[in-house]
Amino acid sequence: MGAPMTRIQSNSRVINWIEDRLPIFSFLNAHTGGYYAPKNFNLWYYFGSLALLVLVNQILTGIFLTMNYKPSAEEVAPGISAAFASVEYIMRDVEWGWLIRYMHSTGASLFFVVVYLHMFRGLMYGSYKKPRELVWILGMLIFLALMAEAFMGYVLPWGNMSFWGAKVIISLFGTIPWIGESLVQWIMGDYLPADATLNRFFALHVIALPLVLLLLVVLHLAALHEVGSNNPDGVEIKAKKGADGKPLDGIPFHPYYTVKDIFGTGFFLLIAAFIIFYAPTFGGWFLEHDNFIPANNLATPSHIKPVWYFTPFYAILRMVPSLFGTAIWGVLAMFGSIALLFFLPWIDAGKVKSVRYRGLGYKIALGLFAVSFIMLAAVGAGVVGELIPEWLGTSVDATAIENLFGRFWTIIYFGFFVFLWFYSRGMEKTKPVPERVTSHD
Amino acid sequence: MANDAVVDKGRRRFLTATTAVVGGAGAAVAAIPFIKSWEPSAKAKSAGAPVLADISKIEAGQKVTFAWRGLPVFVVNRTKAQLDALPGEDTHLRDPKSDNTAQQPEYAKNEWRSIKPEWLVMVAICTHLGCVPDFYPEIKPEPFDPNWKGGFYCPCHKSRYDIAGRVFDGVPAPANMPIPPYHFVDDTHILIGVDPGKEVA
Repeated sequence: MGAPMTRIQSNSRVINWIEDRLPIFSFLNAHTGGYYAPKNFNLWYYFGSLALLVLVNQILTGIFLTMNYKPSAEEVAPGISAAFASVEYIMRDVEWGWLIRYMHSTGASLFFVVVYLHMFRGLMYGSYKKPRELVWILGMLIFLALMAEAFMGYVLPWGNMSFWGAKVIISLFGTIPWIGESLVQWIMGDYLPADATLNRFFALHVIALPLVLLLLVVLHLAALHEVGSNNPDGVEIKAKKGADGKPLDGIPFHPYYTVKDIFGTGFFLLIAAFIIFYAPTFGGWFLEHDNFIPANNLATPSHIKPVWYFTPFYAILRMVPSLFGTAIWGVLAMFGSIALLFFLPWIDAGKVKSVRYRGLGYKIALGLFAVSFIMLAAVGAGVVGELIPEWLGTSVDATAIENLFGRFWTIIYFGFFVFLWFYSRGMEKTKPVPERVTSHD
Repeated sequence: MANDAVVDKGRRRFLTATTAVVGGAGAAVAAIPFIKSWEPSAKAKSAGAPVLADISKIEAGQKVTFAWRGLPVFVVNRTKAQLDALPGEDTHLRDPKSDNTAQQPEYAKNEWRSIKPEWLVMVAICTHLGCVPDFYPEIKPEPFDPNWKGGFYCPCHKSRYDIAGRVFDGVPAPANMPIPPYHFVDDTHILIGVDPGKEVA
């Protein structure tokens, strides 16, 4: 959009008849062939369209999974719930059910892969900065909804990790002073995660949150098309327009970027298919081994950990100790680590968008921030805890070393925002930003 | 309605505001049933009956888990060595004297946190985020603590408790593990869920 939607010209009477009543073709054109995107997009610009692709995959495979899944914790055999049994039924007895489920479970992990890369792209090229603050905030809301969606989806098979994951995450709300305990009971509908919990999570997972997600995606794209896409040089292509009123450094999204995105889609599907067919559990990273055991409220898995995409935040939760008789500090730090990202457009006061022309301090800080995310993921997944005795011997206090390591990277994670606040307010020495994009003519 | 009538803006504003308030209040009240529908149902509430635990077969040093309200209740027959190690732990603990009254009934506020010293009856739910801690009864160095004197270790976030369920300092868990209401029916039976001297409800 940006400019008012132009009416398409057509020789077809049918199209003109429809256009007079509902300008759907003009609308579609305005967001494809009529939408001008910068011509210097690079590899990092694949992940938005890939996220959309995975969303479609999740919805389609999800619809088919609901046709055989049963959201019930009632036992159908000793120790086996109907939910757990129905997932096994999908895997073993439903024709091609295994494929549909693996597409869904692999899609969930790949969703986070592309979303994290998509977000990192935004950090690198300053895509969250004016005038794209709302694009960023809507994107962050999508990320939040996606995390809730993924968490509830993970509970549905009612394996032991489902149960204990649900228990731990819901218990986070129990740390809120005064109302915590009754809030936890309200969320669970019982004194522990039970049939009622499973049922409501199913309802939220298959209808409530997907509706929210779709609405947010529409708003995310509408806001993006209003202000126009950023690019690796961080220059506003609308500033330099040709005689025809089109940006000199812009090309129509369709056919140029639709073709590019289809190429990316092909490559992505190749990787996805390899995982789905040859490594669907991905060595316990996409589907955890403990979740192949039915839920048991009397036995916690020996290594309880969330799926990989939650591990950095989980590590922050673990690394903050309890103080003054409450565990709320870790919870606050964990939610704070996500909340801070919402405020990034205002924390970072720098006018230069792209990392290409920002000061060395920003480059180093962004690099450390990315490393802290990966290191915290390793802590949260328990990898660090396992490696310490392996590398340093069993005589050392592994817990203390892990805490030291995790707390260090937690400080780096939060330090990024603190540093950015001060650095972007006067300390940063930026390079001159070119007037036009640098690659291509 | 006449087109040339003078609009009474004050009256219009009043009517808009009052309609909005009444409509808003109605919407808020209409939300109550939906919010309330998430509370534990009558069926879930009725599942919380007391549990009679037979402890005659629990040897010294052993632990048996009973389910009460869907919660795991550990019943541990503690050895003399384990009990003797308790006072030595006080300096490493967050609440050695069990001063947090929410975590145990009055009759379990003592150095063993129990009615009879050897018998620990405890809701084995880590006070951090609700996992079930593992039972490490032996007095020997463990990977998570070289000076281990026996107790409970939570695999989720590495909180440690001594053999009376008292939480160590410097771990994520904020409080000692809770002691449920219970009493001895006779020497070999415990009723979990009912205070001493009270009839079964």
